Amino acid sequence: MSGPTGTASTESGTSGTPLLELRGISKSFPGVLANDRIDLELRAGEVHALLGENGAGKSTLISILSGMYHPDAGEILFEGSEVRIDSPRTAIELGIGTVYQHLTLVPTLSVLENLMLGSEGGFGKLDLEAERRRFDELAELLGVDFSPGARTGALALGQQQQVEIMKALWRGGSRILILDEPTSMLTPQGYEDLRNEVKHLTADGLSVVLITHKLHEAIELGDRISVLRRGRKVGAVSPAELRDQSEEQLSEQIVGMMFGEQASELGAVELEPVAAGRLSPDRKLGEVALTVRDIDLEPDDDVTGLNQVSLKIRAGEILGIAGVDGNGQRELAEVVAGQRRHVGGELLLFDQDISGLGVRKRERRGLRYITDDRLGEGTVGDLDVAMNSVLKQIGSPPFWKRGAERRDEIDRFAEDLVERFDVRTPSVQTRIANLSGGNVQKLLLAREFSGDPKVVIFNKPTHGLDVRTAEFVRDRIREAASGGLAALVISTEIVELVGLCDRIAVMSRGVITGEVENRPGVEEEIGALMIARAGGNS
Amino acid sequence: MKVKLLELGRAVLIALIPIILALAAMGVVLLTLGRDPVSFYNDMFQRGLFEWQGFQESIIRSAPLILIAAGFIVAFRANLWNLGADGQFLLGAAMTAGLGASLLGSIGVWPMLIVTMLVSAAVGGAWTLIPAYLRGSHGVNEIITTLMMSFIGIGVANVLVKGPFRTDVGGVARTDVIPFDDRLPTLFGTRIHLGFLIALAAIIGVHILMTRTSLGLRLRILGANPRAALHAGLNPLMLTVIAFAISGALIGLSGSIEILGIQGSFRADFNPAFGLLVIPLVFLARLNAIGSLALVILFSVIQIGGESAARQAEITSDILLVLVAFILFFMAIFEYFRIMRGQEPGYVPAEVMDRLRAGGDADDHGTPEGALQSGPGDSDGAGLKGTENE
Repeated sequence: MSGPTGTASTESGTSGTPLLELRGISKSFPGVLANDRIDLELRAGEVHALLGENGAGKSTLISILSGMYHPDAGEILFEGSEVRIDSPRTAIELGIGTVYQHLTLVPTLSVLENLMLGSEGGFGKLDLEAERRRFDELAELLGVDFSPGARTGALALGQQQQVEIMKALWRGGSRILILDEPTSMLTPQGYEDLRNEVKHLTADGLSVVLITHKLHEAIELGDRISVLRRGRKVGAVSPAELRDQSEEQLSEQIVGMMFGEQASELGAVELEPVAAGRLSPDRKLGEVALTVRDIDLEPDDDVTGLNQVSLKIRAGEILGIAGVDGNGQRELAEVVAGQRRHVGGELLLFDQDISGLGVRKRERRGLRYITDDRLGEGTVGDLDVAMNSVLKQIGSPPFWKRGAERRDEIDRFAEDLVERFDVRTPSVQTRIANLSGGNVQKLLLAREFSGDPKVVIFNKPTHGLDVRTAEFVRDRIREAASGGLAALVISTEIVELVGLCDRIAVMSRGVITGEVENRPGVEEEIGALMIARAGGNS
Repeated sequence: MKVKLLELGRAVLIALIPIILALAAMGVVLLTLGRDPVSFYNDMFQRGLFEWQGFQESIIRSAPLILIAAGFIVAFRANLWNLGADGQFLLGAAMTAGLGASLLGSIGVWPMLIVTMLVSAAVGGAWTLIPAYLRGSHGVNEIITTLMMSFIGIGVANVLVKGPFRTDVGGVARTDVIPFDDRLPTLFGTRIHLGFLIALAAIIGVHILMTRTSLGLRLRILGANPRAALHAGLNPLMLTVIAFAISGALIGLSGSIEILGIQGSFRADFNPAFGLLVIPLVFLARLNAIGSLALVILFSVIQIGGESAARQAEITSDILLVLVAFILFFMAIFEYFRIMRGQEPGYVPAEVMDRLRAGGDADDHGTPEGALQSGPGDSDGAGLKGTENE
């Protein structure tokens, strides 16, 4: 092995044959055309950013590149000659490594063991010396600072992602690295590290395909940008344009591509999730809707404990909870929703104790929880849109009558939700797993807003959504609050909370470290509270 | 509609491929044994399907198997593994055989039939309570507990038959014989007994239960995504107990009709091991009740016809086990290739597959391919522990 990435060639440069070329790639799923005649080219040593909303077809495209899906039409050229990537193995043999959005590491194994899992198997003797040398090579290239013997589960998320990147490059001979939404779980510092890693790798001749829905990442990291929208490639930005234009010009140009005719009405302002929030004059606070007093929760292997958590929300109020992911926000939400039992303390809904009630009873009293894990928890992927829209009302009239399903009623209800919340789906009988993340979230909003909700917990309601859907979600939250809803919004994005909330509480390691009124300049206060006892996740 | 038909065609094809390949492979085995496969299969289908007597035999054989299939479907759809069928079956059979003759004298034929069937169903269902409770409340792997309970059940059934239920008549330990005329009545002048209709009603009932009712939907959600079940306020413990109870009850009932319809008495060490025969059929039908019904009948034809064909060809009827082994073998090969090619599994539902891959971990849930676009969600270890519902 010559260099850290093995036989990476740099000679092809920016002219001549591209390293990888896609021509007219199409792929459809039942009811969804995920990729529609997409052309793409990737040159050696270049970062090609694929930008698009949720459901634009980015994930499908990389699944094709990594051999998970087979295109219905189109061809793939590798160094000018046509190839068939018909399995993940073929992709690996071509030197295409993929780092998925979800971690695929075994948390109980050491870093080195995880890396060795990815290499060629067999029953031969393990050459630990060689494996260690390989680790050192890659560690130097990526600038990582953990030891090969570290237990993987104990590393910060950013470091685990570095292990994933090492795993993708492990076999040597890597030519292309695909990064799928690599920043979705990174802190700002982690993002800087990633930026440097990508620089080092491309300098070494590797090509990178970067999937993202964040505009500024595409501009900062990409040498070339392709914009996808509803399965089609709707525009591209060349390296020359990226060099020569200012960020504002580029943003405007790309937004135009991403949203087409609607771009003008959307305006560039909304690219940042900030919009004047705070208590608007037309919103009046009512009685205290939800009281959380001195709640404790025992910690566990994968459960963050809660310690003396207290909160109060009034009707018509939006209370934000800020904090680095994994500091007890989810546990708090689950305790309030009734999915998890707490020890000690009080939970009051309009002055009535609800501690002893189950999920369904709390829900009937107007308490709703919109989970952040939309596919893993909020919906059942195998069921269709209609069934998912009544998931929390199974057995109740009018959808069921003495236990017998009344399909017409369910469909009618779902169609109404789909229309009112603009859920894009071929029909209510489409499996929900075929919908994009944004549309799933719209359906969840519609589901929880139906009936007569009094208190709704939103767990990272815009996480992973494109800007337009995110703003749609925030608008609905504001609207509902104006109508008297008490909203508890959990988010890791401070700007979002500042744009939305009346008050913001900060959580760190299962403790509320402080609570502030939303006013100009509150960001610094929140930041300070987050670090106060944090130490944090990364 | 056209899509539905196409899907149905595909499902039928996927189910038949391993059976056809197994018949072909078995043909080779027959050849090497110096038998003519063509005449063997000819005998088999003649005796099992085309001759009226043989066909009736096949239908009679299928009755207990259909009930067992119905029982499996309820549990498997909820991603719960009831591998204790043999214990539940034999306990059901022992109860019916032990109580039948004596009840006959005291309450008459029809009440006896009804009471024994109900008792056997109740015992079969009750036998699942311990595994169901452990699974639902502590996440204890039910694959192991149901299997252990099965061995205990087989033992208990034999203790009953050799002890309290033993007849005074000498010879092999067995229960009193229920007279032929007092067993389940036969239908319309055929030899097929009422048990077949009961089985038919049960499996159609299971089909409706799983596809058209709120309970069935709850069970499917528990199976497909336990975390969503918790989120939607379902009670996993209660649902686990219900699914197991229905499953065990149907299998216990199966033991009862085997006694009431055919055997008439339970001889010590009776154990047809129907449970393991039915499991592959249920998976071939992808846990679909109607498909399972068709495959169970086909399998009964092969069994009944095959026994006769084996006699004809002067080989042991154990040769049919080779056929079963081949079916399983080709199912596995076929499934392997589908997975290697990134296709959906042919027989095992995705969530069941995920659990198998995770080593049977109670709380693990799968990540559907569509989840590529969602955020990182961490698997919740306390998945099944929830507060009560409704």
